[in-house]
Amino acid sequence: MTNNLSKPEESRRDAVLPPVDVIEDATGITLYADLPGVGKEQLNLRVEADTLTIEGEVALAAPEGLQASRAEVSVPRYRRVFALSKELDPEKIAAELAHGVLKLRIPKAEHAQPRKVQIRVS
Amino acid sequence: MIYRSLFPRDIFAEFDRLQRDLQQAFDASPSIRGFGRGGYPALNVGGTAHSVEIYAFAPGLDPAKIDVNIDRGVLTIEGERAASLPAGEDKAAVHINERFAGRFRRVVSLPDDADPSAVSAEYRDGVLHLAIGRRGSAAPRRIEVK
Repeated sequence: MTNNLSKPEESRRDAVLPPVDVIEDATGITLYADLPGVGKEQLNLRVEADTLTIEGEVALAAPEGLQASRAEVSVPRYRRVFALSKELDPEKIAAELAHGVLKLRIPKAEHAQPRKVQIRVS
Repeated sequence: MIYRSLFPRDIFAEFDRLQRDLQQAFDASPSIRGFGRGGYPALNVGGTAHSVEIYAFAPGLDPAKIDVNIDRGVLTIEGERAASLPAGEDKAAVHINERFAGRFRRVVSLPDDADPSAVSAEYRDGVLHLAIGRRGSAAPRRIEVK
């Protein structure tokens, strides 16, 4: 409800933990995060030294003179941090944001892809 | 729940959950219709002199499939959210599963002066914003005494 969206970089400010789903298959990890109210411009994704940070600011079009009577979402900010494991390739993360849901695809590095081992019978 | 407390995935997430549970339990005036399952969608309600504003934090929906009804001063928001988890047979492991999936329904009672014929609804970035006009007579007005 509040729209004081001044400095998005400060990481000490209060933030809500968004719910996520994390699914792993043979070639990588898919992460879904619920970030309602966050547009492309307010989304901040970072990978630093094996740490993935998802941050977003809620931007709502509030009319002049709005007085909140009930707020279940009282902090207009989301933040969640994940440690990436070695076999993931942070260079190749693909991100999509649609209707407030962020979808991240983090592929496994080439050397970590499953490989069928050929057994030769001599 | 027991599994969760024995094996906390993320201690801060657990605190967050605890805080939410406590807030629901000790809120001085909780809504008689309670909270939606899994808190989906979360609602913020407010108003101005001319309108009642409701924000439903409902990410990941098809806007054409959200049902909004007003019946005798009671507003209902209903719909269904598809699961993103893989269907049984493929070789995928679900490590974290916190997002809501399934049918939801949330109800808000509107103030007496809300005008059900003046409603606008907009779905943007996963937030459903409803603006319900107030009947003209309700806007504060000075009454002249002759």
